[in-house]
Amino acid sequence: MAATLSNPAAAEAAASQAGPRPVRIALIGNPNSGKTSLFNQLTGLNQKVGNFPGVTVDRKTGVAQLTPGQRAEIIDLPGTYSLYPKSLDEKVITDLLYDKTTDNYPDFVVVTVDASNLRRSLLLFTQLGDLGLPAVLALNMMDVAERHGVNIDLPALERELGVPIIPMNARNGIGIAALKIVMAQRLDTLPVRCWEPDEKLLPMVRQIRYYFDLHNDYLALHYAQQYRQISFLSADEKAHIQELTQQYDFDATAQQAAETIARYARINEILLETVTVTRTEQREPVSNRIDRVLTHRVGGYLIFLGILFLLFQAIFAWAQYPMDWIDQGISGLSATIQDNFHGPLIRLLTEGVLAGLGGVLIFIPQIALLFGFLAVLEETGYMARVTFLMDKLMRPFGLSGKSVVPLISGLACAVPAIMGARTIESWKDRMITIFVTPLMSCSARIPVYTVLVALVVPDRAAWGIFNLRGVALMTLYLLGLFSALGSAWALKKLLKARERSYFIMEFPVYQWPRWKNVGLTIYQKVQAFVLQAGKVIVAISVLLWVLASYGPGNRQDEAVSQLIMQQNIGFSSPEAMARYNKEHPEYQEDMARRVASARLENSYAGTFGHLIEPAIRPLGYDWKIGIALLTSFAAREVFVGTISTIYSVGQDADMGTLQQKLSAERDDAGQPFFTPARAFSLLVFYVFAMQCMSTLAVTYRETKSWRWPLAQLVYMTGLAYAAAFVVYQVLK
Amino acid sequence: MALFRRSAPKPVAAANARRSAQDLRVGEAGTICCLEDPEMALKLLEMGCVPGVQVRLSGRAPLGDPLMLVLGDQEYTLSVRASEAATIMLKE
Repeated sequence: MAATLSNPAAAEAAASQAGPRPVRIALIGNPNSGKTSLFNQLTGLNQKVGNFPGVTVDRKTGVAQLTPGQRAEIIDLPGTYSLYPKSLDEKVITDLLYDKTTDNYPDFVVVTVDASNLRRSLLLFTQLGDLGLPAVLALNMMDVAERHGVNIDLPALERELGVPIIPMNARNGIGIAALKIVMAQRLDTLPVRCWEPDEKLLPMVRQIRYYFDLHNDYLALHYAQQYRQISFLSADEKAHIQELTQQYDFDATAQQAAETIARYARINEILLETVTVTRTEQREPVSNRIDRVLTHRVGGYLIFLGILFLLFQAIFAWAQYPMDWIDQGISGLSATIQDNFHGPLIRLLTEGVLAGLGGVLIFIPQIALLFGFLAVLEETGYMARVTFLMDKLMRPFGLSGKSVVPLISGLACAVPAIMGARTIESWKDRMITIFVTPLMSCSARIPVYTVLVALVVPDRAAWGIFNLRGVALMTLYLLGLFSALGSAWALKKLLKARERSYFIMEFPVYQWPRWKNVGLTIYQKVQAFVLQAGKVIVAISVLLWVLASYGPGNRQDEAVSQLIMQQNIGFSSPEAMARYNKEHPEYQEDMARRVASARLENSYAGTFGHLIEPAIRPLGYDWKIGIALLTSFAAREVFVGTISTIYSVGQDADMGTLQQKLSAERDDAGQPFFTPARAFSLLVFYVFAMQCMSTLAVTYRETKSWRWPLAQLVYMTGLAYAAAFVVYQVLK
Repeated sequence: MALFRRSAPKPVAAANARRSAQDLRVGEAGTICCLEDPEMALKLLEMGCVPGVQVRLSGRAPLGDPLMLVLGDQEYTLSVRASEAATIMLKE
């Protein structure tokens, strides 16, 4: 594959000769059937993550080089057990497969089937076949099946199902070459029919079929089953189907159950003829033995806590080294540029663009580590066990075991975490999870925490083994966690459940993580962060620099000349002042700082900060922090960038770290400005405040209503204000 | 002995009443006869809980809920809540 990829131009040319457009193939299969591995094997780095139209379900597409001259577009669909969707994730599939006229309708599907679990996997396959989709069956996990003593008569199974079957092992790439050859042959043979709607249903089914001009009865039956959820039907069309279902007294649930049972009966017949199981050993599967340890009543929780601890260790301790390198690299580059070039554009570049860019790049180690860690837990199958362990604990708070994964991912970033809540079938559980996830301290709060904690908490050991700063950080995280749980509990009381919650879930067999998949996940997340969040942060940094450097009219100049006038009063002549300045360099420095401070105070940003100062004074903040609060409203990680911009405008370039700058800050009485009361008030504010445009945007997309993001914004900001107020007034 | 008897829930009534997957002891197996709750049944059916299939309780979560059910001869494990397992009725 590498060889063909290295010459994209030639491949492009060959593809354009092959036909008007490349073949479009959809990958579909049960969860844990190795679909993602197959997708990664087929497409490599040639994939892009987008959204399905209308919903924010990740739509992964990629290009596969089937033969040197032929490429195919591959769509990776979410894992599902049947074509009757139970969750939002699964709905995407039916939306795609119900409408033959849509642009994305696949030419054929590749169904991944777990060979060690044929019966259940074939249910989905037979449904797809009956929809009239040409299909190839990728019989995955052949090695596991063989170990279980499952022998499959492939030619017989091919005859029964009527489609090509490729035995494979997607994890290590066995069978990929054969699959590509089959895929390249533009299939049009349909699978053998497995099940037809009952005679009694036909009058209704046929009416729907002819009304919508559908190509078969089974598809028409699906319209009757799910017309409410089909996004492309108009209200009139839905009403028409509803009328028909009432007219013919159609019982959707009973029909669906009968169909599933009939399909299983037919599948059993097929399997009886094609599969023989020879029990080679009666030894208990390894997974069960691992489960006994990992879900032990005491050990299970201890191990989970240990893994969480390791996660924190990774984010806080290990990520520090690469972060320091990035920090030093950026400030070194900035200093080099400032030493060699001068002018307003250079200042814009170093104080605006580079400072903003540094604020983006510095997060990469943490984001990569966190997503890598979560990917490994997901890949090994451990996440499912966490869900299992935590379900009972989460339920009193109105959450389910499935909320644990979004909540933990929320420690990295609320955006993917909220998207991860899609796997929760119950509407109420899902809404509560989405609502409280942003309260978990995400990685964007880390820099705020680190800077402020280092400022006011001494670097001392506490109770022998703990570091006082570590304890402070831990407390902030726990504060976030408990506020999330408390809010969930309150919301549970407020929301009325419209449907029941499910917790039926398959336990994947434990396996080693596929490093290629982990690597791809990390790559995609980091890329998304740098490109999407990065754009916003750099733009805000540049804007902020302009706002902090220039002011309305000539207010800045007036303020400065007034300041100089005041200073000059004490001297008999300008010459005397110049002589005094020369003898006392520190006085001159102090003067320069005052000038800069006056300029900042009279800049656009300063005016803005002054404007909101009355509102934030009870929390202990001044107008400089006001500026930072405003700019970090879009994204909290901007806070550190902002205060470092604000406090560095006019300060010496060699003033050193941000922490030194902050400790040097004085209040009107000449005392250090950042007292513990102020710093803790700010810390608590950042624990609760909803300072993230991306989270609000993703909540809107996931809930399809402005009510939820607005409620989140008002609730979290209110909570932050109240808590910060209490902290400042008590500690003051 | 007395302690054991007290912890067993109403032995007489349980023997007469129909048993569900929730009533299985850890390690015990039964055969699915039917699914009680129609809506839940759809999901359970898709996941392979089909009447006639053998189901074994392989363990409970530390707090007693959810349950780990091993299905069929092709051995795969489902995790279900106790309330959901209670809708999976077993043959006598």
